[in-house]
Amino acid sequence: MTLAGLSLAYLRDRALNTALNILLLTLSVATLVILVLFSSQLAERFERDARGIDLVVGAKGSPLQLILSSIYQVDVPTGNIPLATVDLLRADPTVAEVIPLALGDSFRGFRIVGTEGAYIDHFGGTLSQGRLFAADYEAVIGAQVARQTGAALGQKFVGSHGLSGDGHGHEETPYEVVGVLAPTGSVLDRLIITPVGSIWAAHGFTPPPAAGAADHEDDHDQAGHDHDHDGDGSQDHEAHEHETGGDHQAHAAGGELEVTALLVKYRSSMAAVRLPTFINKQTQLQAAAPAVEMTRLLSLLGVGIDAVRAFAVLLMATSGLSIFVALYSALRQREGDMAMLRVMGARPPAIFGHIILEGVLLAAAGALLGVVVGHAVVAAAAASFPQLQDMGLTAARFEPAELAIVIAAISMGALAALIPALKVFGVDIAQTLADTR
Amino acid sequence: MTTPEPLLEVRDLRHEIAGRCVMAAPAFSAARGQHTLLLGPSGSGKTTLINVITGLITPTAGDVRISGTSMTALPAAQRDQLRRRTIGVVFQTLRLIGALSVRQNLALAQTLALGRSDPAIIDRLIAQVGLTHRADARPRELSQGEGQRAAIARALCAEPALVVADEPTSALDDANAVAMADLLLATAEATGATLLIATHDNRLRARFARTLTLSVPQVSA
Repeated sequence: MTLAGLSLAYLRDRALNTALNILLLTLSVATLVILVLFSSQLAERFERDARGIDLVVGAKGSPLQLILSSIYQVDVPTGNIPLATVDLLRADPTVAEVIPLALGDSFRGFRIVGTEGAYIDHFGGTLSQGRLFAADYEAVIGAQVARQTGAALGQKFVGSHGLSGDGHGHEETPYEVVGVLAPTGSVLDRLIITPVGSIWAAHGFTPPPAAGAADHEDDHDQAGHDHDHDGDGSQDHEAHEHETGGDHQAHAAGGELEVTALLVKYRSSMAAVRLPTFINKQTQLQAAAPAVEMTRLLSLLGVGIDAVRAFAVLLMATSGLSIFVALYSALRQREGDMAMLRVMGARPPAIFGHIILEGVLLAAAGALLGVVVGHAVVAAAAASFPQLQDMGLTAARFEPAELAIVIAAISMGALAALIPALKVFGVDIAQTLADTR
Repeated sequence: MTTPEPLLEVRDLRHEIAGRCVMAAPAFSAARGQHTLLLGPSGSGKTTLINVITGLITPTAGDVRISGTSMTALPAAQRDQLRRRTIGVVFQTLRLIGALSVRQNLALAQTLALGRSDPAIIDRLIAQVGLTHRADARPRELSQGEGQRAAIARALCAEPALVVADEPTSALDDANAVAMADLLLATAEATGATLLIATHDNRLRARFARTLTLSVPQVSA
């Protein structure tokens, strides 16, 4: 039996008090860990998916909604824009690359994105099986799609209207899986990629004769659905309703073929000065910079995160105070024990260390349990909410900040024990033995 | 042939608190293995004398030597060391650590004194004081008599050269008081320890061959 063993024995001896202190600290540490995991993974995911995209062009509406729907594939689009915009921007010498996106359908909750091979290249996607799509209704699926749906090469599937997966299906125009992408850790993992023409054709439009062609007026009357996008620049809410109701986005309205959004990469910094202003002057278009919108979003989220973080820190401070009160009162009851330890020859620094250790053991137990609970909650949340899975939230990752939290919690335990422990240096053994008979 | 050095020497001890003499003890000594009963009424300074002998307080005047080393002259750290290695103490109020079992109390005392614990010695001592069946019990689960026996075992578990006991029998009835004294004598005898019991309990006088009397403020042999 050592003094360290004695620390443990004292903690065991007042088990309820010990358990409550550990529980309090566990709650605060778990809250902080959840915040760290959530905010760091969210910010990283945002940054990674938006990397290299300078501008997103789409229908007028909320710029944040445009960014969320076009880059992160987590919100409904603001509407559609004329296909002619692609050529317009590609002709601009300050623009290096334009990637069109046509959204509107999904398969088992995974979005079907009509686009070009450049979209896959942008995210560094490589094929783990099969080949890239070469014709309409050929699809390349992301790694997560393949894993969760079990889809394999050669299999056919039917897309559903809308992005929520509960719309009616395009049974007459099934897609065929021709390629499976290797995991990229980006939004690509949970997408089904197909040519833009697939989306048009699935909704009853004849694709243009050549990619990028802008002259498609003759196609629109073939629409077999009710396409009421008016393109008046105020359609973000209407578009939202259409999406959730299983309607379409990537097709014609008002006489020309449309796409949902364009991902734009600048060739020169001049573009950043001129292009957004130019686009925003167009009646149907808006330009949104991912960096700006994400900063705004994270700032908005940051207020909530900061509030929860402040609450967690307050909880931790409370638990520190609770440990202090518990140790202080316990040591008042144990003054006789302390004096007896001195009689048996224990030096004051050793007893000081033993009391500090008691605070540290309490805090370490709370901190480590807090980390475990925090990860368990994140794992449960990710398993329960597909949106969080879509955001790439995972519990199987440890952030350096978690170590800092654990160290802070343990330091707080040591600090809480400090004042009670310091009393050992001033104890009058004979007097204490006389006073605590 | 030289006379063996006494284990304990007390030389003209005097202790004052706020100018008032609370203990005055004339010179006396105890040889190795010698058992001494120090009788004195309440207020005669028995506990103060025990505290001075164990180095817990520094007397106003006089000296205490343990195996020739002046306890009173030593700095605090060395005094703690000398006490740890040489002296076992039994208090009237037991002072067992409540969070530990009897066995763990002994193991802690042994570790503090020797830097290690020896389960064989602990088990032997526990058996010697008749607590084998209560070895894993907490102090609060023990009777007064069992607690006293556990405290004696703890004082002896590091095999100290000197065992001092402060009023070890004051809370016990006649039979138990005598039994406790006999136990202290027997266990000290078994380990060869010098035993000094400070008490006002006259019931113990018959058990000791040597008795000193401490009065206020003087000690006379």
